[in-house]
Amino acid sequence: MNTPAAFIELTGASVDFPVYNAASHSLKNRVLSAITGGKIDRQHDGAVVIKGLQNITLKIGPGERLGLVGHNGAGKTTLLRVLSGIYHPTQGQARIAGDCVSLINIGLGIDPEATGRENILLRGVMMGMRPAAINARMEEIIDFTGLGNFIDMPFRTYSSGMQMRLAFAVSTGIRPQILVLDEWLSVGDEEFKERAERRMRELVSASEILILASHSRELLLANCTRLIWLDHGQVRMDGNPADVVMAYFGH
Amino acid sequence: MTNPFLTHIAVAWGDVRTALQHHHIITTLGWQDVATRYRRSRVGAFWLTINILVMIATLGLVFGTLFRQPIEEILPYLAIGLIVWGFLSTLINEGCTSFIAAQDTILQVRMPLFTYVMRVLWRNTIILGHNLLILPPLFLLFTKPLTPLALWVLPGFMLLILNAAWIMLALAVACARFRDLTQIAQNGVQVMFYVTPIIWSAALLPAHVGTALLDFNPFYHLINIVRAPLLGVAPSTLSWSVAALMALIGWVVALVFFGRYRKRIPYWL
Repeated sequence: MNTPAAFIELTGASVDFPVYNAASHSLKNRVLSAITGGKIDRQHDGAVVIKGLQNITLKIGPGERLGLVGHNGAGKTTLLRVLSGIYHPTQGQARIAGDCVSLINIGLGIDPEATGRENILLRGVMMGMRPAAINARMEEIIDFTGLGNFIDMPFRTYSSGMQMRLAFAVSTGIRPQILVLDEWLSVGDEEFKERAERRMRELVSASEILILASHSRELLLANCTRLIWLDHGQVRMDGNPADVVMAYFGH
Repeated sequence: MTNPFLTHIAVAWGDVRTALQHHHIITTLGWQDVATRYRRSRVGAFWLTINILVMIATLGLVFGTLFRQPIEEILPYLAIGLIVWGFLSTLINEGCTSFIAAQDTILQVRMPLFTYVMRVLWRNTIILGHNLLILPPLFLLFTKPLTPLALWVLPGFMLLILNAAWIMLALAVACARFRDLTQIAQNGVQVMFYVTPIIWSAALLPAHVGTALLDFNPFYHLINIVRAPLLGVAPSTLSWSVAALMALIGWVVALVFFGRYRKRIPYWL
């Protein structure tokens, strides 16, 4: 069975971001402000609406390696979340076809009390793998971590380097159609770094669509076929990597 | 033009259906939650069972002396009531925070949101399994035979779960938006514990108070459809009708509500 090709299509997508504070998260304040006609606590929730993304239209087809650049707060993370189907645009449309895995925080879902082996299962399930598929890859993943007998010890007993290795090994053990990366993953000592790098390349080349947000010019030039420069929630430039890198890093 | 209610229901039902289709996520995460308790202590989830056991013994002693009820009647009644109530109340309390507690995951992984509600439900069903172990020795001790009527407990339990699930779903959505609603809901559950016949018996009520306190109390009916069969009491038409009707209306309302706000939930976290 062939899965249909992955694609992402945003049409006029905007995201208005309500920023809630303790007061606006409170039902009591809402009721109080309603029954007093807003006299008490006039700016009743103090909720600030931030325009996270404005009117973004783009199409990403299979085979594309899309890089995202922009200053902090330009909306990169928000756009990554829209592209991975987590945020639905508040206006406009987002169509996402294909299974998507975002490796924004590779430590997500890891239980420090559980053993390495159990954590591989947990993390794998969270990334959308079936338990059978994880068990089939289990030995390969354990092998890659190089943890040896430590794999059956609780995760919390690992050194931070070992913890990173495990998280990395299991996160890169998947083969999604759409891969979303917030910065390139690189971990560990020199020896591991090299193997990690190779594994990242395998993962990236196996995915149909890559979306990579990064501040590194070399990485973007090396991995992307197209770059988008995001500025104040809008697409400032969309084109081939060399041109965008020149404009963005050059200015 | 399509009916907005139907659209909401379709959106919500799509989420619920996908969550149930990927039940391996629910069971893995739910088991994990229980396993965590065993890692922290050897007794694990049985700590809760011990709690309930102590409570049953204490209450049985106090109320047995106070109301001079025969201990062989009050203990099984208390035990079933407390176990079922413990299940239902924890579901509601933890249901409130099912999205809030999973916010890191929700913001990074695209999964049906109902998965997180089912995770809480599954986890607590496993814990209920622990607590149920109290019952057989208790029934043996007081040589209280189970009658064929006890089979009603199975549909009764299913109906209880169906009702708990929609309550949890609706509360999970509302509590994600209004964080203080969690406290309000938990206080409400606490109040219901006292006004529902769990540690006291419905037979103690004067007739005119009884109607108001029992017939209009949905929790009474939910407990009743599970507890009565095990005590060998014939099913009450009223309790069954109320529970069934509640499940039906509750699910429709919860689906419309969930469908209406589903897209907003990640923004609230």
